[in-house]
Amino acid sequence: MLDTANVTASTRRGPVLRRPTTGALVRGVVITVLVLFALFALPQLISLYYVDTMTEVAIYAMVALGLGVLVGRVGLISLGQVAILALGAWVAARLLFATSQPFPLVLLEAGVITMALGTLIGLPALRLRGLYLALITLMLAGAFSIVLATTNFPNGGHGFLGYNGSLINIPAIRRPSIALTDPAYYRYSVVVAILMFLLVFAHVRTRPGRAWAAIRQSEPAALAAGINTTLYKLWALALASFVTGIAGGVYAGAAHYLYSIDFPAQDSIILLAVVLMGGAYSMWGAVVAALLLEFLPAWLNNLGVSNDWLTILFGVGVLQVLTTAPAGLADQVPKDLAKLGRLLTGLARRGQSPAGGNAVSEETQ
Amino acid sequence: MIEVNDLTVRFGGVTSLDGMTVSFDAGTCGLIGPNGAGKTTFFNVLSGFVRPASGTVRAFGDNLLSIVHFRRARWGVRRTFQTEQAIEQLSVFQNVALIHEHSGLSRASRRADVLDAISFVGLRCDPQASVATLSAGDRRLVEVARAVVGKPKLVLLDEPAAGLPDSETEHMGEVIRQIPEQTGALTILVDHDMSLVSACCSTTAVLDFGKLIASGPTAQVLRDEHVIRAYLGTAEV
Ligand SMILES: Nc1ncnc2c1ncn2[C@@H]1O[C@H](COP(=O)(O)OP(=O)(O)OP(=O)(O)O)[C@@H](O)[C@H]1O
Ligand SMILES: [Mg+2]
Repeated sequence: MLDTANVTASTRRGPVLRRPTTGALVRGVVITVLVLFALFALPQLISLYYVDTMTEVAIYAMVALGLGVLVGRVGLISLGQVAILALGAWVAARLLFATSQPFPLVLLEAGVITMALGTLIGLPALRLRGLYLALITLMLAGAFSIVLATTNFPNGGHGFLGYNGSLINIPAIRRPSIALTDPAYYRYSVVVAILMFLLVFAHVRTRPGRAWAAIRQSEPAALAAGINTTLYKLWALALASFVTGIAGGVYAGAAHYLYSIDFPAQDSIILLAVVLMGGAYSMWGAVVAALLLEFLPAWLNNLGVSNDWLTILFGVGVLQVLTTAPAGLADQVPKDLAKLGRLLTGLARRGQSPAGGNAVSEETQ
Repeated sequence: MIEVNDLTVRFGGVTSLDGMTVSFDAGTCGLIGPNGAGKTTFFNVLSGFVRPASGTVRAFGDNLLSIVHFRRARWGVRRTFQTEQAIEQLSVFQNVALIHEHSGLSRASRRADVLDAISFVGLRCDPQASVATLSAGDRRLVEVARAVVGKPKLVLLDEPAAGLPDSETEHMGEVIRQIPEQTGALTILVDHDMSLVSACCSTTAVLDFGKLIASGPTAQVLRDEHVIRAYLGTAEV
């Protein structure tokens, strides 16, 4: 459409667009090794206590991933994600008691139903932003936890709610037959989490991801670029709710028994804090967030340190991260490691040739 | 050709556009006026971000105001923003491709169209470079590339050279002058730099306190005593 002379310019630039980078290759190898380690080596190396903890880490990595889409990609701050998780767990538990459908199918159904309800709950997000949206989602989550406290989670009873308070032998929520033991269920959770990460990855790397980046930066600019911002915000809400709903289903199987006190509304605030600490824009950030949220307390607990300190730690941590590393730990730690690596190779070189000393101090400045 | 008739925009007690009636025919047209005159507001009406209290806008025979805001890019409205809005998280290529992707244009021609637009504005960087690494001037050029990619009918440039050094302003002027002939789009340039406006625009309209106070050939408009007085701040209200 423009200048015909430019067409030759564009063909000349062609190869630039599909350049295989060694960085991507290294990343692929690192991810594969980590996944294999998490699936096969880790459960052999740790005690059952930590196996259960790591199952929680896999579950909350999915929750953090969903929140990361909202906060990091689109710029929608939700303080109701734990309520969405509870919703997913509720739906999955109800279906697991009521039907004999295979577990993966129930997970999928829980994801889809949570997606529909979560998107509905998120509708105010289309009009509100920032603090107002945060407040509305927090209040909805609060309301939901009150509802949950009165209806209770299904425990094998009859009726729509599936709760029976007079049951003496409460049946456990079932797990898939291939993952009955805790280590097996841990592996199952990791596989589900990996699928969710791939799903989100496929989104952020394609058309919706680019549209979200535009919306996050500036809504007028996105509209001017022809982006249906309402549609793409709904899409993000739907994706986040779906992933969180699936996480809820996995949680139901992991816990065997569900109680409303396991999903306090204030946990959503702590979740936002750890997601910001981990790095809302990065998918690794979701893993870091889940480790902070689930592994750290379990570890401290094992050492005999009170968990109350964690709330303070997260408060200070989020302040620290936002002031010194706004992109979160997942972004900062590799940079710091690279710096450390340069420092170490510099030191090694200095060890070999005394004259190299000056170069080191220049490099590490 | 776009015809604006009796356009009025109010924000609470402020009347930002006051019965603006003007037409922009073809080529590059200037739109000038002192700070707060309503130039950006006019662009926001054309983009659909602001709903006018009254008035009509006909663009190439279509009732522009009846089109939903995000559909206007598909229709052919393109713009840059007074505060530059290149998307940091995306590469130069993706920034430009974004608008191509969302304005219903064929996927087959996307790569060539986007690279054409990038080379048309004279960006010499790697198209895969992240926008966050570019200089202020290059980011402005990315915005202009977004405005010309595909099949624009109406290109709105809101102070595209603000804050750029003279050499880059000159380059921007050359790019702007070529937009109508290369894309066939009607281009409206808002700027406070009168030498840029004179260099790019054959005709110019002047807004003051939301009212159109002059329009016509640029040289003549710039000599108009009402215009000179508006810029000196002594125009009678
Ligand atoms: N969204 C808004 N809400 C309230 N008032 C607004 C809004 N947008 C513009 N205004 C007011 O409308 C008037 C015109 O503003 P506008 O931004 O259109 O001026 P401008 O001609 O672009 O000025 P400048 O040269 O400084 O960019 C100003 O008084 C401004 O305060
Ligand atoms: Mg303005």
